[in-house]
Amino acid sequence: MTTAPSATATERLEVRADSDVVRVRQLVRTVAQQARLSLVDQTKLVTAASELARNTLVYGGGGEVEVELVADGRRSGVRAVFSDEGPGIADLDLALTDGWTSGNGLGLGLSGSRRLVEQFSIDTAPGAGTRVEIVTWSR
Amino acid sequence: MTAVAPSALAQTLVDHAETVRPAWLDAAVDELRGRTTRGELEREQSDIYQALVDGLQAGGTDLQSEAFDQLRGILADVSAARARLGFTPRETAVGVFALKEGLYGLAGSDDTMTRVLPLLRLVDELGLFTFEAFAAARESIISEQAEQLLELSTPVVKLWEGIVAVPLVGTLDSARTQVVMEKLLNTLVETGSTQAIIDITGVPAVDTQVAQHLLRTVVAARLMGAECTISGIRPQIAQTVVALGIEFGDIRTRATLADALVDALREGRRSHTEVTA
Repeated sequence: MTTAPSATATERLEVRADSDVVRVRQLVRTVAQQARLSLVDQTKLVTAASELARNTLVYGGGGEVEVELVADGRRSGVRAVFSDEGPGIADLDLALTDGWTSGNGLGLGLSGSRRLVEQFSIDTAPGAGTRVEIVTWSR
Repeated sequence: MTAVAPSALAQTLVDHAETVRPAWLDAAVDELRGRTTRGELEREQSDIYQALVDGLQAGGTDLQSEAFDQLRGILADVSAARARLGFTPRETAVGVFALKEGLYGLAGSDDTMTRVLPLLRLVDELGLFTFEAFAAARESIISEQAEQLLELSTPVVKLWEGIVAVPLVGTLDSARTQVVMEKLLNTLVETGSTQAIIDITGVPAVDTQVAQHLLRTVVAARLMGAECTISGIRPQIAQTVVALGIEFGDIRTRATLADALVDALREGRRSHTEVTA
Protein backbone atom coordinates (compact mmCIF):
# COMPACT_ATOMS: atom_id res chain seq x y z
CA MET A 1 0.00 0.00 0.00
CA THR A 2 1.34 3.39 -0.90
CA THR A 3 -0.23 5.24 2.03
CA ALA A 4 1.41 3.09 4.70
CA PRO A 5 2.45 5.51 7.44
CA SER A 6 5.85 5.45 9.09
CA ALA A 7 6.08 4.53 12.76
CA THR A 8 5.89 8.02 14.23
CA ALA A 9 4.22 10.13 11.57
CA THR A 10 0.66 11.29 11.98
CA GLU A 11 -1.45 10.41 8.96
CA ARG A 12 -4.20 12.81 8.04
CA LEU A 13 -7.12 11.97 5.79
CA GLU A 14 -9.97 14.14 4.59
CA VAL A 15 -13.44 12.70 4.90
CA ARG A 16 -15.60 14.09 2.12
CA ALA A 17 -17.22 11.04 0.52
CA ASP A 18 -18.16 7.43 1.21
CA SER A 19 -14.97 6.21 -0.40
CA ASP A 20 -12.98 8.22 2.18
CA VAL A 21 -14.57 6.16 4.95
CA VAL A 22 -13.09 3.07 3.29
CA ARG A 23 -9.67 4.76 3.18
CA VAL A 24 -9.88 5.66 6.86
CA ARG A 25 -10.70 2.04 7.66
CA GLN A 26 -7.71 0.80 5.65
CA LEU A 27 -5.36 3.30 7.27
CA VAL A 28 -6.51 2.43 10.79
CA ARG A 29 -6.09 -1.25 10.05
CA THR A 30 -2.53 -0.71 8.79
CA VAL A 31 -1.57 1.29 11.89
CA ALA A 32 -3.30 -1.22 14.17
CA GLN A 33 -1.19 -3.99 12.66
CA GLN A 34 1.95 -1.94 13.25
CA ALA A 35 0.90 -1.48 16.88
CA ARG A 36 0.59 -5.27 17.14
CA LEU A 37 -3.00 -5.19 18.27
CA SER A 38 -4.73 -8.56 18.51
CA LEU A 39 -7.08 -9.49 15.69
CA VAL A 40 -10.11 -8.84 17.89
CA ASP A 41 -8.83 -5.42 18.97
CA GLN A 42 -7.91 -4.57 15.38
CA THR A 43 -11.40 -5.40 14.21
CA LYS A 44 -13.01 -3.45 17.05
CA LEU A 45 -10.85 -0.40 16.41
CA VAL A 46 -11.43 -0.51 12.66
CA THR A 47 -15.17 -0.83 13.21
CA ALA A 48 -15.19 2.11 15.64
CA ALA A 49 -13.18 4.17 13.14
CA SER A 50 -15.67 3.28 10.44
CA GLU A 51 -18.60 4.44 12.59
CA LEU A 52 -16.93 7.68 13.65
CA ALA A 53 -15.70 8.52 10.15
CA ARG A 54 -19.20 8.02 8.83
CA ASN A 55 -20.57 10.27 11.59
CA THR A 56 -18.03 12.90 10.56
CA LEU A 57 -19.27 12.61 7.00
CA VAL A 58 -23.02 12.30 7.55
CA TYR A 59 -23.65 14.46 10.62
CA GLY A 60 -20.59 16.73 10.56
CA GLY A 61 -20.80 17.46 6.84
CA GLY A 62 -17.27 16.15 6.30
CA GLY A 63 -14.05 16.77 8.17
CA GLU A 64 -10.76 15.06 8.78
CA VAL A 65 -9.23 12.13 10.58
CA GLU A 66 -5.79 11.90 12.16
CA VAL A 67 -4.32 8.52 12.90
CA GLU A 68 -1.07 7.89 14.74
CA LEU A 69 0.91 5.16 16.36
CA VAL A 70 1.49 5.96 20.05
CA ALA A 71 3.70 4.41 22.71
CA ASP A 72 3.91 4.78 26.48
CA GLY A 73 7.12 2.86 27.01
CA ARG A 74 5.65 -0.59 27.64
CA ARG A 75 2.85 -0.75 25.15
CA SER A 76 2.07 0.61 21.75
CA GLY A 77 -1.30 1.73 20.60
CA VAL A 78 -3.29 3.63 18.02
CA ARG A 79 -4.84 7.03 18.47
CA ALA A 80 -7.40 8.37 16.02
CA VAL A 81 -8.99 11.81 16.10
CA PHE A 82 -12.13 12.62 14.11
CA SER A 83 -12.96 16.28 13.74
CA ASP A 84 -15.56 18.22 11.83
CA GLU A 85 -16.89 21.75 11.80
CA GLY A 86 -20.51 20.69 11.60
CA PRO A 87 -23.44 21.67 13.83
CA GLY A 88 -22.04 19.89 16.90
CA ILE A 89 -24.08 17.83 19.34
CA ALA A 90 -26.58 19.68 21.56
CA ASP A 91 -27.43 16.85 23.96
CA LEU A 92 -24.42 14.58 24.35
CA ASP A 93 -26.10 12.22 26.84
CA LEU A 94 -28.93 11.64 24.42
CA ALA A 95 -26.53 11.13 21.51
CA LEU A 96 -24.69 8.48 23.54
CA THR A 97 -27.90 6.58 24.26
CA ASP A 98 -28.19 3.22 22.50
CA GLY A 99 -30.74 3.28 19.76
CA TRP A 100 -31.16 7.04 19.56
CA THR A 101 -30.41 8.58 16.19
CA SER A 102 -30.98 11.96 14.60
CA GLY A 103 -30.62 10.33 11.18
CA ASN A 104 -31.87 6.97 9.95
CA GLY A 105 -29.18 4.61 11.23
CA LEU A 106 -29.43 2.06 14.00
CA GLY A 107 -28.45 4.64 16.63
CA LEU A 108 -25.49 2.57 17.81
CA GLY A 109 -22.58 4.21 16.05
CA LEU A 110 -21.46 6.69 18.69
CA SER A 111 -22.48 4.71 21.77
CA GLY A 112 -21.19 1.45 20.29
CA SER A 113 -17.83 2.94 19.30
CA ARG A 114 -17.28 3.93 22.92
CA ARG A 115 -17.54 0.27 23.90
CA LEU A 116 -15.21 -0.84 21.10
CA VAL A 117 -12.17 1.13 22.26
CA GLU A 118 -10.23 1.66 25.49
CA GLN A 119 -10.22 5.43 25.65
CA PHE A 120 -12.96 7.58 24.23
CA SER A 121 -13.36 11.31 24.59
CA ILE A 122 -15.67 13.69 22.85
CA ASP A 123 -15.52 17.44 22.62
CA THR A 124 -18.52 19.20 21.14
CA ALA A 125 -20.85 22.15 21.48
CA PRO A 126 -23.75 23.37 19.37
CA GLY A 127 -22.33 25.21 16.37
CA ALA A 128 -18.75 24.45 17.32
CA GLY A 129 -18.20 21.16 15.52
CA THR A 130 -17.32 17.82 17.03
CA ARG A 131 -14.01 16.21 17.92
CA VAL A 132 -13.83 12.57 18.97
CA GLU A 133 -10.61 10.97 20.14
CA ILE A 134 -10.16 7.24 20.55
CA VAL A 135 -7.18 5.19 21.70
CA THR A 136 -6.66 1.43 21.87
CA TRP A 137 -3.53 -0.13 23.40
CA SER A 138 -1.90 -3.43 22.70
CA ARG A 139 -2.07 -5.92 25.57
CA MET B 1 -6.75 45.43 -33.23
CA THR B 2 -10.01 45.51 -35.09
CA ALA B 3 -12.01 42.33 -35.04
CA VAL B 4 -11.90 40.38 -38.27
CA ALA B 5 -15.21 39.06 -39.56
CA PRO B 6 -15.62 35.28 -39.17
CA SER B 7 -16.30 34.94 -42.88
CA ALA B 8 -12.93 36.57 -43.63
CA LEU B 9 -11.27 34.04 -41.32
CA ALA B 10 -13.04 31.25 -43.18
CA GLN B 11 -11.78 32.68 -46.46
CA THR B 12 -8.22 32.69 -45.09
CA LEU B 13 -8.52 29.02 -44.19
CA VAL B 14 -9.91 28.18 -47.61
CA ASP B 15 -7.27 30.23 -49.45
CA HIS B 16 -4.37 28.77 -47.56
CA ALA B 17 -5.60 25.21 -47.15
CA GLU B 18 -2.73 24.07 -49.34
CA THR B 19 -0.20 25.44 -46.83
CA VAL B 20 -2.02 24.77 -43.57
CA ARG B 21 -3.35 21.25 -44.09
CA PRO B 22 -0.07 19.45 -44.95
CA ALA B 23 1.81 21.16 -42.09
CA TRP B 24 -0.96 20.22 -39.68
CA LEU B 25 -0.99 16.63 -40.91
CA ASP B 26 2.80 16.30 -40.66
CA ALA B 27 2.86 17.67 -37.12
CA ALA B 28 0.07 15.34 -36.00
CA VAL B 29 1.57 12.28 -37.70
CA ASP B 30 4.89 13.07 -36.01
CA GLU B 31 3.27 13.02 -32.57
CA LEU B 32 0.95 10.08 -33.11
CA ARG B 33 3.34 7.80 -34.93
CA GLY B 34 2.34 4.22 -34.31
CA ARG B 35 -0.98 5.05 -32.65
CA THR B 36 -2.93 5.78 -35.80
CA THR B 37 -2.39 5.87 -39.55
CA ARG B 38 -1.73 8.86 -41.78
CA GLY B 39 -4.82 8.13 -43.84
CA GLU B 40 -7.00 8.04 -40.75
CA LEU B 41 -5.61 11.34 -39.48
CA GLU B 42 -6.06 12.94 -42.88
CA ARG B 43 -9.75 11.97 -42.98
CA GLU B 44 -10.26 13.18 -39.43
CA GLN B 45 -8.52 16.49 -40.06
CA SER B 46 -10.39 17.02 -43.29
CA ASP B 47 -13.69 16.70 -41.37
CA ILE B 48 -12.54 19.07 -38.64
CA TYR B 49 -11.18 21.61 -41.13
CA GLN B 50 -14.37 21.60 -43.15
CA ALA B 51 -16.53 21.95 -40.04
CA LEU B 52 -14.34 24.82 -38.84
CA VAL B 53 -14.68 26.64 -42.17
CA ASP B 54 -18.44 26.00 -42.24
CA GLY B 55 -18.81 27.31 -38.70
CA LEU B 56 -16.90 30.48 -39.48
CA GLN B 57 -18.89 31.05 -42.65
CA ALA B 58 -22.07 30.70 -40.61
CA GLY B 59 -20.79 33.60 -38.50
CA GLY B 60 -19.55 31.69 -35.49
CA THR B 61 -17.30 33.73 -33.21
CA ASP B 62 -16.78 31.45 -30.22
CA LEU B 63 -16.84 27.69 -29.99
CA GLN B 64 -19.99 27.55 -27.90
CA SER B 65 -22.09 29.28 -30.54
CA GLU B 66 -24.64 27.38 -32.61
CA ALA B 67 -22.62 27.75 -35.81
CA PHE B 68 -20.04 25.34 -34.42
CA ASP B 69 -22.48 22.58 -33.38
CA GLN B 70 -21.15 20.24 -36.03
CA LEU B 71 -17.51 20.96 -35.17
CA ARG B 72 -18.13 20.29 -31.48
CA GLY B 73 -19.85 17.05 -32.39
CA ILE B 74 -16.90 15.86 -34.46
CA LEU B 75 -14.37 16.82 -31.77
CA ALA B 76 -16.40 15.07 -29.06
CA ASP B 77 -16.61 11.89 -31.16
CA VAL B 78 -12.89 11.90 -31.91
CA SER B 79 -12.01 12.49 -28.23
CA ALA B 80 -14.37 9.78 -27.00
CA ALA B 81 -12.99 7.30 -29.53
CA ARG B 82 -9.43 8.08 -28.43
CA ALA B 83 -10.33 7.73 -24.75
CA ARG B 84 -11.74 4.27 -25.44
CA LEU B 85 -8.65 3.27 -27.42
CA GLY B 86 -6.44 4.21 -24.48
CA PHE B 87 -4.81 7.34 -25.92
CA THR B 88 -3.23 9.66 -23.36
CA PRO B 89 -4.73 13.16 -22.91
CA ARG B 90 -1.67 14.57 -24.68
CA GLU B 91 -2.09 12.28 -27.67
CA THR B 92 -5.73 13.27 -27.89
CA ALA B 93 -5.26 17.04 -27.74
CA VAL B 94 -2.12 17.18 -29.83
CA GLY B 95 -4.09 16.31 -32.96
CA VAL B 96 -5.97 19.59 -32.59
CA PHE B 97 -3.12 21.75 -31.32
CA ALA B 98 -1.00 20.65 -34.27
CA LEU B 99 -3.26 22.85 -36.42
CA LYS B 100 -1.27 25.75 -34.99
CA GLU B 101 1.82 24.44 -36.78
CA GLY B 102 -0.07 24.94 -40.01
CA LEU B 103 -1.20 28.44 -39.03
CA TYR B 104 2.30 29.56 -37.99
CA GLY B 105 3.29 29.03 -41.61
CA LEU B 106 0.96 31.89 -42.60
CA ALA B 107 2.43 34.39 -40.17
CA GLY B 108 4.44 36.14 -42.85
CA SER B 109 2.82 39.39 -43.84
CA ASP B 110 1.02 41.88 -41.57
CA ASP B 111 -2.16 41.34 -43.47
CA THR B 112 -2.46 37.64 -42.65
CA MET B 113 -1.23 38.23 -39.08
CA THR B 114 -4.46 39.95 -38.10
CA ARG B 115 -6.30 36.89 -39.30
CA VAL B 116 -3.97 34.25 -37.95
CA LEU B 117 -4.15 35.51 -34.36
CA PRO B 118 -7.93 35.04 -33.97
CA LEU B 119 -7.60 31.64 -35.60
CA LEU B 120 -4.87 30.62 -33.16
CA ARG B 121 -7.12 31.69 -30.31
CA LEU B 122 -9.89 29.57 -31.75
CA VAL B 123 -7.57 26.56 -31.96
CA ASP B 124 -6.83 26.98 -28.24
CA GLU B 125 -10.55 26.76 -27.59
CA LEU B 126 -10.81 23.66 -29.75
CA GLY B 127 -7.97 22.09 -27.79
CA LEU B 128 -9.59 22.83 -24.44
CA PHE B 129 -12.88 21.45 -25.67
CA THR B 130 -11.08 18.29 -26.78
CA PHE B 131 -9.64 17.92 -23.30
CA GLU B 132 -13.03 18.29 -21.69
CA ALA B 133 -14.61 15.79 -24.04
CA PHE B 134 -11.76 13.38 -23.38
CA ALA B 135 -12.13 13.69 -19.61
CA ALA B 136 -15.90 13.23 -19.83
CA ALA B 137 -15.45 10.10 -21.91
CA ARG B 138 -12.95 8.74 -19.42
CA GLU B 139 -15.30 9.44 -16.52
CA SER B 140 -18.06 7.52 -18.20
CA ILE B 141 -15.72 4.59 -18.88
CA ILE B 142 -14.72 4.55 -15.21
CA SER B 143 -18.29 4.58 -13.96
CA GLU B 144 -19.20 1.84 -16.45
CA GLN B 145 -16.37 -0.27 -15.12
CA ALA B 146 -17.38 0.39 -11.52
CA GLU B 147 -20.85 -0.82 -12.39
CA GLN B 148 -19.50 -3.93 -14.05
CA LEU B 149 -17.34 -4.62 -11.03
CA LEU B 150 -20.39 -4.26 -8.80
CA GLU B 151 -22.17 -6.91 -10.84
CA LEU B 152 -19.13 -9.16 -10.95
CA SER B 153 -18.45 -9.02 -7.25
CA THR B 154 -21.89 -10.15 -6.17
CA PRO B 155 -22.60 -13.61 -7.50
CA VAL B 156 -25.62 -15.51 -6.25
CA VAL B 157 -24.97 -19.25 -6.42
CA LYS B 158 -27.30 -22.18 -6.13
CA LEU B 159 -25.84 -24.57 -3.56
CA TRP B 160 -28.50 -27.24 -3.60
CA GLU B 161 -32.05 -27.71 -4.76
CA GLY B 162 -33.93 -24.94 -2.95
CA ILE B 163 -30.84 -23.31 -1.42
CA VAL B 164 -29.03 -20.24 -2.77
CA ALA B 165 -26.02 -18.44 -1.28
CA VAL B 166 -24.38 -15.01 -1.68
CA PRO B 167 -20.71 -14.93 -0.72
CA LEU B 168 -19.96 -11.30 0.12
CA VAL B 169 -16.41 -10.00 -0.26
CA GLY B 170 -15.16 -6.54 0.63
CA THR B 171 -17.03 -3.43 1.59
CA LEU B 172 -20.79 -3.48 1.71
CA ASP B 173 -22.06 -0.02 0.84
CA SER B 174 -25.56 1.08 -0.07
CA ALA B 175 -25.10 0.60 -3.82
CA ARG B 176 -23.76 -2.92 -3.43
CA THR B 177 -26.43 -3.87 -0.94
CA GLN B 178 -29.02 -2.82 -3.47
CA VAL B 179 -27.43 -5.04 -6.14
CA VAL B 180 -27.06 -7.97 -3.74
CA MET B 181 -30.63 -7.67 -2.56
CA GLU B 182 -32.04 -7.49 -6.09
CA LYS B 183 -29.99 -10.42 -7.33
CA LEU B 184 -30.79 -12.52 -4.30
CA LEU B 185 -34.53 -11.89 -4.53
CA ASN B 186 -34.55 -12.58 -8.27
CA THR B 187 -32.58 -15.79 -7.85
CA LEU B 188 -34.94 -16.94 -5.11
CA VAL B 189 -37.82 -16.62 -7.54
CA GLU B 190 -35.99 -18.08 -10.56
CA THR B 191 -34.75 -21.15 -8.73
CA GLY B 192 -37.82 -21.55 -6.55
CA SER B 193 -35.61 -21.60 -3.48
CA THR B 194 -36.85 -21.24 0.08
CA GLN B 195 -33.49 -21.00 1.80
CA ALA B 196 -30.95 -18.21 1.36
CA ILE B 197 -27.51 -17.99 2.92
CA ILE B 198 -25.58 -14.73 3.07
CA ASP B 199 -21.95 -15.47 3.77
CA ILE B 200 -19.88 -12.61 5.22
CA THR B 201 -16.55 -14.42 5.61
CA GLY B 202 -15.02 -11.96 3.14
CA VAL B 203 -16.36 -8.81 4.81
CA PRO B 204 -13.51 -7.32 6.88
CA ALA B 205 -15.62 -5.32 9.34
CA VAL B 206 -19.28 -5.28 10.25
CA ASP B 207 -20.26 -1.82 11.40
CA THR B 208 -23.76 -0.52 12.00
CA GLN B 209 -24.24 0.41 8.35
CA VAL B 210 -23.26 -3.05 7.10
CA ALA B 211 -25.48 -4.63 9.77
CA GLN B 212 -28.39 -2.45 8.78
CA HIS B 213 -27.94 -3.42 5.14
CA LEU B 214 -27.80 -7.12 6.07
CA LEU B 215 -30.92 -6.86 8.21
CA ARG B 216 -32.85 -5.19 5.41
CA THR B 217 -31.83 -7.88 2.92
CA VAL B 218 -32.95 -10.61 5.33
CA VAL B 219 -36.29 -8.90 5.92
CA ALA B 220 -36.85 -8.56 2.17
CA ALA B 221 -36.06 -12.26 1.61
CA ARG B 222 -38.47 -13.21 4.39
CA LEU B 223 -41.21 -11.14 2.84
CA MET B 224 -40.88 -13.41 -0.18
CA GLY B 225 -41.27 -16.47 2.00
CA ALA B 226 -37.61 -17.48 2.12
CA GLU B 227 -35.67 -18.22 5.27
CA CYS B 228 -32.34 -16.39 5.49
CA THR B 229 -29.17 -17.37 7.33
CA ILE B 230 -26.12 -15.17 7.83
CA SER B 231 -22.97 -17.27 7.91
CA GLY B 232 -19.25 -16.64 8.17
CA ILE B 233 -19.36 -14.85 11.52
CA ARG B 234 -15.78 -15.01 12.70
CA PRO B 235 -14.85 -14.64 16.39
CA GLN B 236 -13.61 -11.05 16.05
CA ILE B 237 -16.75 -10.07 14.16
CA ALA B 238 -18.96 -11.67 16.82
CA GLN B 239 -17.19 -9.75 19.60
CA THR B 240 -17.39 -6.49 17.67
CA VAL B 241 -21.08 -6.92 16.94
CA VAL B 242 -21.80 -7.61 20.61
CA ALA B 243 -19.77 -4.59 21.77
CA LEU B 244 -21.50 -2.36 19.24
CA GLY B 245 -24.84 -3.56 20.57
CA ILE B 246 -26.27 -4.73 17.24
CA GLU B 247 -29.19 -7.12 17.68
CA PHE B 248 -29.70 -9.73 15.00
CA GLY B 249 -32.95 -10.73 16.73
CA ASP B 250 -34.38 -14.01 15.52
CA ILE B 251 -32.22 -14.08 12.38
CA ARG B 252 -30.32 -17.32 12.12
CA THR B 253 -26.54 -16.88 12.17
CA ARG B 254 -23.82 -19.50 11.78
CA ALA B 255 -20.04 -19.51 12.09
CA THR B 256 -19.37 -21.16 8.74
CA LEU B 257 -21.04 -21.61 5.39
CA ALA B 258 -20.90 -25.40 5.92
CA ASP B 259 -22.94 -25.13 9.13
CA ALA B 260 -25.48 -22.95 7.39
CA LEU B 261 -25.77 -25.41 4.50
CA VAL B 262 -26.38 -28.37 6.84
CA ASP B 263 -29.09 -26.36 8.60
CA ALA B 264 -30.70 -25.32 5.36
CA LEU B 265 -30.72 -28.92 4.07
CA ARG B 266 -32.33 -30.14 7.28
CA GLU B 267 -34.87 -27.33 7.13
CA GLY B 268 -35.65 -28.10 3.48
CA ARG B 269 -36.17 -31.79 4.17
CA ARG B 270 -38.49 -31.05 7.10
CA SER B 271 -40.73 -28.73 5.09
CA HIS B 272 -40.71 -31.31 2.29
CA THR B 273 -41.93 -34.12 4.58
CA GLU B 274 -44.54 -31.78 6.05
CA VAL B 275 -45.94 -31.22 2.59
CA THR B 276 -46.02 -34.89 1.63
CA ALA B 277 -47.28 -36.09 5.02
